[in-house]
Amino acid sequence: MSVQPILEVTDLAVDHGSGRRRKRAVDHVSFTIAAGTTLGLVGESGSGKTTTGMAILGMLPIAGGSVLFDGRDITGMRRSERRALGSERQVIFQDPYSSLDPSKTIGYTLAEPCRIVPRERRLSTAEIADRSAMLLRRVGLSDDAARRYPAQFSGGQRQRIAIARALMLSPRLIVCDEPVSALDLSVQAEVLNLLLELQRDLGLSLLFISHDLSVVRHVSHTIAVLQGGQIVEQGPAQQVYEHPQNDYTRTLLAAAPVPDPREQRLRREERQRSRTMERTQ
Amino acid sequence: MRASSASRAMSAGLGRRVLRKPIAVISGFVLIVIVGGSFAAPWIAPYDPLEQNLRIAKEGPSLAHLLGTDSLGRDILSRLMFGGQESLSGVVVAVLSMLILAIPLGIVAGYLGGVFDRVILRVVDVLLSIPGTIITLAVLAIFDNNMVVAMVSVGVLASGAFIRVFRSATLSVRQELYIGAARVSGLSQARIMVDHVLPQIRGVLLVQVTLFAAATLGIQTGLAFLAFGPPPPAPTWGGMVAEAASLIQTDPWMLVPTGGVIALTTLALCLLGDALRDANQERFTLAGLVGEKVVKTTAPPPATPSPRLATAADPDDEAGVPGAPDALLTVRGLSVGFGAAGRETTAIQRVDFDVSPGEIVGLVGESGSGKTVTALAVLGLLGANGRITAGSVRLGSDELVGMSSAKLREVRGARIAMISQEPMGALDPSFRVGSQIVEAIRAHERVGRAEARTRSRHLLEAVRLDPAIASRYPHEISGGMAQRVAIAMALAGRPDLLIADEPTTALDVTVQADILELLRTLQAETGMAVILVSHDWGVVADLCSRAIVMYAGEVVERAAVADVFETARHPYTAALLRSNPHGAEAGTLLPTIGGSVPAPHQWPHGCHFADRCPLVTAECREAPVEMVHLDGDRASRCIHIDELAEAKV
Repeated sequence: MSVQPILEVTDLAVDHGSGRRRKRAVDHVSFTIAAGTTLGLVGESGSGKTTTGMAILGMLPIAGGSVLFDGRDITGMRRSERRALGSERQVIFQDPYSSLDPSKTIGYTLAEPCRIVPRERRLSTAEIADRSAMLLRRVGLSDDAARRYPAQFSGGQRQRIAIARALMLSPRLIVCDEPVSALDLSVQAEVLNLLLELQRDLGLSLLFISHDLSVVRHVSHTIAVLQGGQIVEQGPAQQVYEHPQNDYTRTLLAAAPVPDPREQRLRREERQRSRTMERTQ
Repeated sequence: MRASSASRAMSAGLGRRVLRKPIAVISGFVLIVIVGGSFAAPWIAPYDPLEQNLRIAKEGPSLAHLLGTDSLGRDILSRLMFGGQESLSGVVVAVLSMLILAIPLGIVAGYLGGVFDRVILRVVDVLLSIPGTIITLAVLAIFDNNMVVAMVSVGVLASGAFIRVFRSATLSVRQELYIGAARVSGLSQARIMVDHVLPQIRGVLLVQVTLFAAATLGIQTGLAFLAFGPPPPAPTWGGMVAEAASLIQTDPWMLVPTGGVIALTTLALCLLGDALRDANQERFTLAGLVGEKVVKTTAPPPATPSPRLATAADPDDEAGVPGAPDALLTVRGLSVGFGAAGRETTAIQRVDFDVSPGEIVGLVGESGSGKTVTALAVLGLLGANGRITAGSVRLGSDELVGMSSAKLREVRGARIAMISQEPMGALDPSFRVGSQIVEAIRAHERVGRAEARTRSRHLLEAVRLDPAIASRYPHEISGGMAQRVAIAMALAGRPDLLIADEPTTALDVTVQADILELLRTLQAETGMAVILVSHDWGVVADLCSRAIVMYAGEVVERAAVADVFETARHPYTAALLRSNPHGAEAGTLLPTIGGSVPAPHQWPHGCHFADRCPLVTAECREAPVEMVHLDGDRASRCIHIDELAEAKV
C-alpha cells in the first residue's frame, strides 16, 4: 500500500490475569490499518477481539510484539507520551448506557477530552462550546443537547453523543467496540451511516470490532477473523466474505442467519451437509 | 427532541429534588432548628444556663420555663441549647476526621487497586481490630479529658469501615465505560477519581455521613453521660441525661426533653440520609423522569377506547376474520396497561393473531414494539404492575384472560412453556442441572423419582446433551448448554405451545445456529407450536413460517415469512427490512427510517407510524387504522397498501 499505515500491529500478545493465573488472551496478532480505511475485527466471545482493541488503546498492558501508531511504537512509550496520543486515538463502546457519565451534562462530557491538551494549544471555553455544538449538529442532534443529561437520550442518540465525544479532538483512529450491537436495526443503520459519512468527510481510520459479519462487511475495507486469540484469516472484506479460505471463517459465515428465507434455507442445507461430512470423516 | 419540561425536570439539582420530599424537608427543618438553636444560644437562650434558682427546682414545663427546670432550678431549654454546642461540634469533628481519611483512601483503593488496594486493606484490618471504646477512653485519660481529641480518635477508628464502603462503591463505578473513555482521552487517574468517581459515590457518601453522624452523637452523649468532657456545672446533653436518670423516680419529666433532643436529632439525621440517597438516585435515572411524565401525559386514556372494547366484547368480529376453528392459540383485541388503574400506560393495544398447532410463528419488532409484553400477557406473567385491560387469549377452548391464578399455573408449563434470552436466569445456581429437570417433570406429572430421572435423561438426549451433564451445576456449563437445559425443562410438561423470547440473542452465532436447528427438530418431533419473539430478521427467516410484525404496541403486519421478505405490505416493515446491511452494497449509505419509535404516552391518535412514514396523508392521522385483510392469509395496518405496492418506497 502506498500510503503509510496509521496503525501497524505486529505479533501482538496480551495476557489476562497476573502471576500464576496469567493466561495469554491474544497471541501473534498482526494487522495494519491504512489511513482512511476500516479494518473489521470479527470473532465470537472469548476470541480476543475486544482485548486487542483495548491493548491498542493502551488500556491493557502489552505482553509482546509491537504496535506502531503513525510510525511510533506505543509499547515502550512513557505515560506522558502516551497521554498525548489520547487526542489521536479515541474509542466508541458497545453499551451506550454506561459509556456516558450519568452525573455530567453532555456538554461536560464533550469538553472533557479537550482538557488534556497542553495549555498553549488548548481551546478556550467558548471555542470548546462552539465545537461541541458543531459536532452535536454533525451527528444529528440539536445543540441544546449539551445542557442535558444522558438519561434524557435514547440508545441511538447516546451512541451519537459518544461519537461526537470521540471526534472532539479530531482523532485519526477510532476503535469502535461493537458500536451498534446494542441498537435496534433501524437505529443501527443510522449509526453505521454516520460512521461511513464521517470517515468519508474526515478521512478517519476505524478499527471496527464486531461479532456481526454482515455489519462488518458493510463498513470494512479489510476483515480479520479472530479465533481463540489468533487471527485465522484476513484480507479484503469482499474476498473474506465471499470466498473464505479458512474453515472457521466458513463456519462463522454459514452460522449467521440471513434475512432471506430462500437463501437461508440453502445455507442451512449447506451447513448440514458439511456437518454430516465432518461426522463421517 | 423531547419536551423541554422533561429536560428541566432532569437537570434539577440534587438540592431541589431533596426539597420535593416532605420527609427530607421536615428532617432538615428539625436539624436546622436544633443546630441553629445551639449555636445561637448566647443570643437567643432565655436564661443563663448556670443561673440557679432552688425555689423553682424540678418544675415541669411552664410559660416561664418552656421545658421545665432541673434539680437546681436551672432552665432546661437554655441548658440544652448551650449543651448542644459541645455535642454537635463533637459530631462534626468526628465526621470530618472520618471523611478526610476514608474518602481518599477508599477511592484510591477501589480505583487503582493492586498494591494500593492491598496496603490500604491491611491498614483497615488493623483499624477494625482495635477496640474503639478502650482507645477512646485512653485518649481521654491521656489528653486530660479533651473531648475534641476523643472525637478525632472516634472518627479515625471508624474510618476503617467507611474506607471499605467507599472502596466497594468505587469498584462498581470503575467498570463503567465512561471511565474507560476518559482514560483513552488521556485524563490523569487523579482527575478521573475526582471528576467521575467521586460524584458517583456521592449518594453512598451522604447516606454514610448522616448515619455516622447519628452514631457519633450517641457516642458523644454517651461519653458525656459517663462524665467525660466539660465538668459540671457546664451543660452537656449527656450530662443532663445522667442527671435526669438519677432523678427518674422523683422527676420523670426531665428525661423527656434531654433524651428527646438526642433521639430527635438522631432520627432526623437518619431520615435525611435516606431522602438524600433517593434523591441522588432519581437525578440520574430515567425513573425520576418517567414517573413525572407518565402521570402527566397518560391521565386521559390514549387512543379510542370504543373500538377496542367492541373487539373485546366480540372477539371474533375482527373485520370478518374469525379465529381459525382449529387454531391452538387465538389472541383477539389484546391490550395491556402498566401502572395504577385508571392512569395506566398502554404497552400494547388491539393485538390479534392466531397460532395453529405445530406452527412456528415469529413475533418481530424493535425495542418498544411490545413483542415481549405480548408474549408475557399470553402467559399471564405481566407482573404486579401490568394487567390485561381488554381482549381475549384463548388456548384451545379455554379463555386465559380472567382465569384464576391457580388454573393459569396448571396451563403454564404443562400446555404453554417458555424459554428466555438469559438461559442462566432460568436455572438455580445452587442445584445440579439434573435435579432441576427432575423437579420440572414432577411439577407436571405424578411420577416417582426414579422414573423422573429416566425421563430427564431422555429430555437431555432430546436436546442433544450428554446425560452426564445432569450432575453438573449451572456455572459449570456454557451459555449454549444452559439454553439447551432450559429447553429440556420447558419440554418437561409436554407443552402444546413454546414461547421462545429472544432465545439466541445472548449466544454466539455458531451456538445460535445449533439452538435454532435444535428448536426446528424438536418442533418436528413433538409437533408443538412455537412463538419465536425476536428482533433478528435472520433468525425469523431461518425458523418461522409466519411473521407477526409489531410496531409501537400494535401488530402492523401479519404474513407468511416468504411473503414478508418478498413484498412487505406495511411501510414500516418495508423500511426496516431495507435498513438491514445484509444485501446492501458494502460502504454505501443504508436507507433509514428517520425519527424514533414513539414512547407509549406519545402514541399518535391515528397510525402509530404516521410521523415516520413516507406515504403519510392527513387521513392516516385522523383515526386509528384498522387491519386491512389482503389476499392469502395476509393483513396490514395501513390504508395506503396500493400505493406502497406501486411506490416501492
